[in-house]
Formats: sequence, C-alpha cells, structure tokens
Amino acid sequence: MIQDLLGIPPQALFGQLLLGLINGSFYALLSLGLAVIFGMLHVINFAHGALYMVGAFVAWLLMIHLGIGYWPALLIAPLVVAAFGVLIERTMLVRIAKMDPLYGLLLTFGLALVIEGVFRHFYGVSGQPYPPPPSLQGGTNLGFMFLPTYRAWVVVASLVVCLGTWYAIERTKLGSYLRAATEKPQLVQAMGINVPALVTLTFAAAVALAGFAGVLAAPMYQVNPLMGSNLIIVVFAVVVIGGMGSILGAVITGFGLGIVEGLTKVFYPEAANIVIFVVMAIVLLVKPQGLFGKA
Amino acid sequence: MLSVRDLTGYYGESHILHGVEFQIAEGEVVTLIGRNGVGKTTTLRAILGLLDRQEGSIRLQGEEILGLRTDRIARKGIGYVPEDRGIFASLTVEENLLLPPVVKPGGLTTEEVYGLFPRLKERRKSQGTKLSGGEQQMLSIARILRTGARLLLMDEPTEGLAPVIVQQIGSIIAELKRKGFTILLVEQNFHFASGVADRHYVMEDGKVVDMIPNDRLEAEREKLQQYLGV
Amino acid sequence: MATETQTPVAAPAPSGGVGQRAWLFVSLIALVLLALAPFVIYPVFLMKALCFALFACAFNLLIGYVGLLSFGHAAFFGGAAYVTAHAAKVWLLPPELAILLGTLFAGVCGAAVGALAIRRQGIYFAMTTLALSQMLFFVFLQAPFTGGEDGIQGVPRGHLFGLLDLNDPYAMYFTVLAIFVGGFWFIHRIVHSPFGQVLKAIRENEQRATSLGYDVSRYKLMAFILSATLAGLAGSTKALVFQLATLTDVQWQMSGEVVLMTLLGGIGTTTGPVIGAFLVVMLQNYLATTALPATVVIGIVFIICVLVFRRGIMGEIGHLLRWKL
Ligand SMILES: Nc1ncnc2c1ncn2[C@@H]1O[C@H](COP(=O)(O)OP(=O)(O)O)[C@@H](O)[C@H]1O
Ligand SMILES: [Mg+2]
Repeated sequence: MIQDLLGIPPQALFGQLLLGLINGSFYALLSLGLAVIFGMLHVINFAHGALYMVGAFVAWLLMIHLGIGYWPALLIAPLVVAAFGVLIERTMLVRIAKMDPLYGLLLTFGLALVIEGVFRHFYGVSGQPYPPPPSLQGGTNLGFMFLPTYRAWVVVASLVVCLGTWYAIERTKLGSYLRAATEKPQLVQAMGINVPALVTLTFAAAVALAGFAGVLAAPMYQVNPLMGSNLIIVVFAVVVIGGMGSILGAVITGFGLGIVEGLTKVFYPEAANIVIFVVMAIVLLVKPQGLFGKA
Repeated sequence: MLSVRDLTGYYGESHILHGVEFQIAEGEVVTLIGRNGVGKTTTLRAILGLLDRQEGSIRLQGEEILGLRTDRIARKGIGYVPEDRGIFASLTVEENLLLPPVVKPGGLTTEEVYGLFPRLKERRKSQGTKLSGGEQQMLSIARILRTGARLLLMDEPTEGLAPVIVQQIGSIIAELKRKGFTILLVEQNFHFASGVADRHYVMEDGKVVDMIPNDRLEAEREKLQQYLGV
Repeated sequence: MATETQTPVAAPAPSGGVGQRAWLFVSLIALVLLALAPFVIYPVFLMKALCFALFACAFNLLIGYVGLLSFGHAAFFGGAAYVTAHAAKVWLLPPELAILLGTLFAGVCGAAVGALAIRRQGIYFAMTTLALSQMLFFVFLQAPFTGGEDGIQGVPRGHLFGLLDLNDPYAMYFTVLAIFVGGFWFIHRIVHSPFGQVLKAIRENEQRATSLGYDVSRYKLMAFILSATLAGLAGSTKALVFQLATLTDVQWQMSGEVVLMTLLGGIGTTTGPVIGAFLVVMLQNYLATTALPATVVIGIVFIICVLVFRRGIMGEIGHLLRWKL
C-alpha cells in the first residue's frame, strides 16, 4: 500500500492527474488546430470550440438516428466537421483574408454564436449521454489507482494524433508546402502550388482535429451545446501561454496546463477554474511573448 | 517564347506599369534594366499574375496567360527567382530545394542540381536561412531547375553579393543558356548583364523605352548611362 | 508576406467635418428628444439602452481611438454592477456612493487587466483580455457575496443625495440620462484632448508614436483604465435600474455584445456606439417576444457586419456624406 502523499490519498491524486491529462489532451488538440489555422489564415478561430461541440453532436446523432457506433463516428464526425470547415472557409474566411486578424476573430465569434444557438435551439442545454464503446468500458486496478480504460484511451489517442499532426507538418512533403505557405504564400503559389486550396485544406484539417476531440469527449462529458464555449476561452489562454509559433510547443503547453489544472483540483480545488488564467498572467509578466513564442 | 504587349499593372490604387512591351525568343537571355523603382520587379510579378490588377497581353508560346491564377501560370513552365531570394526559414536547404513541384518533364534531376551546386549538398540539412547570401541565391536558382520550367525569371540575382559569387552566378547562367533555358533577367549590374545577355530592354517609368542588342552595348554606352543615371 | 492590412478602426475621416454649430444643434435636438422620450417609450427600455450606450461608448474609446480590441469588457461592466448592488443592498450606501464604488472597482480591475494585456498586441491582446475576464467571471461565480447563479436581487435604488427618490421611474430615468450625458461628454473631451491625439497617433502607427518619444504603454494603459472605468459606470447604473446584478453581465457573451453594438453603429465614430446599443437592445427585446433563437440572430448580425458592413451605420453614413460623425 502506497502512503498518502502530502496527506492526499493516491487514488485521488492520480485520478485528478489523469483527468488533468485528459483536459490537457483537449487543450493540446484544440490549441494545435488554432496555431495551424493562425499560421496559414491569420485568423483566430473563435468557432473552434463550437466545432468541437459539433463533432460530439455528430457522433451522438449518428448513434441516435442511424445506430452508427463510436468507432465509425470517430472517423465520420471529423470528416463532417471538416466539410463544414470547407464551407466556412470558402464562403466567409476567404473574404476577409487580407484584412486585420481582428476581423477574423469577430467573424468566427459570430459563427460560434450561430452554431451554438442552433444546437441549443434544437437540443436544449441539458446534456445527452453517450456511452463509451463496449471495448473501452471498465478499467484496470493498478494498485495505486483504478484506471478507467476509456480515459487511458483518450490520452493515448490524443497523443498519437498530436504527434501525427506534428509529423505531417514537420516531416512530410505536404507539410513543407504548409510551412512554406505560412511564410510566403505568394511565392509558394508562384511555384505552381494551389495555395487557396491548401489554405482550405489546412482549415478543414484543423477543425477536423477539433471534431475528433469532440468525439473523444462525448463519452467523458455529456454532449451539450455549450461544451465548447467555455473550453475555447481556456484554450485561448493556453495559446497565449504557449505562443503559436511551434507545434510541439502547443502540444506540450496543452498537456502541461492540463496537469497543472488537475493538481490544483487536488491541492486547492477552489482555484482549479482559474489556475490556467493565473499561469497566463504570470507568463505575461515574465515572458510576454509566450513560452514557445518568438520575440 | 514570351511576348508581353501593352501591359499595365496596379498595386491597389497605384498605377505602376504603363504599357510594357517586349519579346523573348526561345533560348535567349534577355535583361530588363533601369533605375530603381521603374517597375522591373513589378513586370516579373505581373507575368506571374501577382499584382492586384493587370491588363494587356502576356503570351507564353502563343498562349495567353494573363488572367490565369498564379499557380496555373507557374505550371505552364515558368520558374521564379524573387528579388529577396525567397528562402524559407522553416524549411531545410533540401526541403527548400525540393519544394517547387515538377511542372513539366525535362527538368534537371536532384543529382544534377547538386552537381551544379555542390555546396548545397553539403549543407542540405541546415535551415534554409542559415546559408550565406550567396548560397541562398544559389539555392533560389537551383530549386527551379528541377521543375521542368523552361522560362526562368530572375530578379537581381547578383544584388549585394561578393564579386567571386557574382562570377559564379554568371557562369551558371551561361551554363543554363547552353542547356537551352530561356531567361529573363532583371539587373542593375550593367557589367554583369553585358557578360551574359543577348539583348537588353531598358525600362523607365513603367514602360520599356529602348532595346539594345548586346553587341551594340559599347556603341550605345552613353545613352545607356543616361538611362541608368550613372 | 505582403498582405494588405486593414485595421478595424474607422479610416481617418475626411477633414472638414460638420461645423461646430451644426453639432451643437444636433446635440440639443438629441437631448430634447431623450428628455421627452420617457413620456412616450417605456423608461425601463430607455434606461437599459442608455446604460448599454454608455458601455459601448466606453468600449469604443479603446477600439475606435487606440485600435485595441478588448474582448473582456463584461468583467468591468458586470463587476461594477456586483459591487454597486452589494454596496447598496448590504452596506446600505446611498446610490451615488454605490455607483462610485462600483465604478472605482472597475477602474482598479481595468488597471490590473490592462497592465497585463498591453504586454501583447493585436490578436493576442484580444485573447488575453477575454481570458482575464473569464478569470474574473469565475471569481464572481465563486465569491460568496455575489449570490452565485441567483445574483444579487432586490437592490434598493435609494435616494440620490438623500433627496431624490429613485424609485420614481422618471427620477431614475433622468439620473441615468444625466450619467449617460456626463459619460458621453467626458469621452468626447478625452478624444479631443491632446491625450486623445496621442491615442490616435498610436492607433495609426505605434512604432512612429514610440519614436516620437511617447510612452506608448502608459498611454494605452491610461486609455484602458478610462475605458474600463466608464464601462463600470454603465454597469453600476444598470444594477440600480434593474435592482439586480447577475452573472449575465460578467459573461463573455456580454463582452461580445458590446463589440457588436460598437461594430454595428460604427467603430471609431462618436455616435455610432449609441445607435448600435439602441438597435441591439431593441433587437433583443423584439427577439424575446418571438420564438427565434436570439443568439443565432445576434451571431448572424455579427457575421453580416464583418463581411459587408465593417464601417457600421454611422461609418457608412459618414463615408457617403464625407463627414466625420
Ligand atoms: N507592394 C507595393 N505596393 C505599392 N507600390 C509598390 C509595391 N511594390 C512596389 N511598388 C512601387 O512600384 C514601383 C516599381 O517598383 P519595382 O517594380 O519594385 O521597381 P524596380 O524593381 O524596377 O526597382 C515603385 O515606385 C514602388 O514604389
Ligand atoms: Mg526590383
């Protein structure tokens, strides 16, 4: 039997750490997408949280109406969100492409209101339950804690997707187009690459990540129209803390802050809601450009 | 190969090009010369469809390309070496080199390119912008040789480089000419231009005002110096 | 890269403008109309609109004249409302002191948030203000004195300066009107002062303002504090009008609403935020009577404003007439 650490039973400590890691998974997946979008489109996508919610809802609707389960949903829902992203980018974001990024923030803010409002109108504010797939139910007793299988899966799946995204951007040909177009879009287009299509693809892929996160979240939390809006503000803080210059930076910051939040829940639960904002304030004081930001 | 007629071009509201006209035959090396700010860079950008607005006619091997989207124009077989060299900081030297997609058959292989630029091979894992100015210029030229583009637009490839490097670039351009590339070269370095080009188009205030064959350069030296304000 | 940037602030208006006397005339008419309005229109509606109008003007001081988009002004508006409500209800302070305390509180919060946020620029500034205001939201949610989800209800309006019974709707209305006019006039003075000129110089070109020797950060911070304080004044007043302070006023949606009011009326125009506030409040009142989901409609208005109507109403009119409004 492991001794209580600092008077905290290990069950509680590791349980909260795991929850922290899970929140961190969502922070990482979402801030990663925000960073990629910002690099290419110079837009901070306020609707990212709403699209995360859409991902969860698509999974739930697939289950309710078509009897399609978790595993197919994990693929279909991100694709649906990506298609929606293509629509958003082609009809709206292209029109403000050369303007001050603040317009992008305002536009996607309006979009977030619309998306959330529509879902709230049809599905109310009470959450809808979504069961984890049978293969991921139950858990393992590790001795010092009970590890629910689904939670372990969420952490592993997000890590894999985050690292996969990093690999795709930093190590593949398509990724080199993306990096180059982030720097000098006109020159990349003058090499014969269809940059507008690349921009659309980037946006679609990044919001698909949000949709994927939404499906992962569905069995953890209830599927709720408002699940994205509070999350996105925390993710903004994560982005301010990490800076948007580095993919791995976004991932590390996301997971790290999730853990910080989890630990705060153990040691000082009253502050758990605000600890990330406090960290942001400290980072602004000490290193205003963010931990991984370029000065 | 390339025929530009009555080309006008705008950046936003400002009218920069006022009816540019010139032609280049297959296999020729032709320069655009003129003082700073007369519109040489803008002319190259207009050919690639990179201005806010451009009118007139640009024909590539008889086919009108004005009005096409930039990437379509590039895929007709035009390679571009921009004024600032356009090396990507987030890409390695090799990624920079392999970035432009092959648009036509007949380009150099990567090994041939490395043969021409051995220094790039040595440094292929470095970050693109860690190269020296001369190496960056080499990289900027090298990467469009793989693509199969037969018309190369080079914007002041010698600017700010040491004389030995300028010489190397001169011999590379001569080598490319031997290989049959057609080259439109923007130059301020008159001495360099005379060493590599067949003909020189002189620009003033957004127009081509004169054409001087290279063999007449000595004879027209005085006129040219007036154009260039030296 | 060579993107043309267009700042979301009114383009420098064509010079000339409307004559001083014409302005005075228009202002007088507006004042007379506002004075007569409560006899025709519900005073509560008017008071609500005036509070939001002041809120939007305060917000506009920042985005319109310094080019800073704060996405966290609800914290000042709603925070001040809480303090005023608490002061009036629990400490039994008279309304003028309750409002003063709320306004001061907003100013202090503004100093703290502003000092942090101005360390970043542009889009990061907006995200930072949003995040910090969300932190304040959680503080208010958990603080014992705010009454959690219920808020502070039944706030007594009291007697202004011990004399004027604010329970009389007209007394309350004219108090609100006086506060609004005072705040509006104050902002007008700030904008046209030498201080305001420096702010505009910062908006046009921050580097240049720095090289001219201005301490840009100090000016930004001052502007932020002034803006937050005035937003607080609006929130405090609203708390007395509705005798209520709730979470609604500190939520991020409220920060978005004030952005919309200003955008719709015309960022960087003098009267635009007022018109925008009246329109949005009217729209919300109307939507409350229909089955339409309000957030969807508000969101659509937002999108339309950004896509096709960036100058806002007064900005468009000014552009058409080549006037500075
Ligand atoms: N992006 C731009 N926006 C507006 N004007 C420009 C831009 N780029 C160049 N110009 C103007 O166009 C004119 C021609 O410039 P350029 O073609 O670069 O000249 P050159 O290459 O001959 O030195 C100059 O007067 C320059 O100021
Ligand atoms: Mg030039």
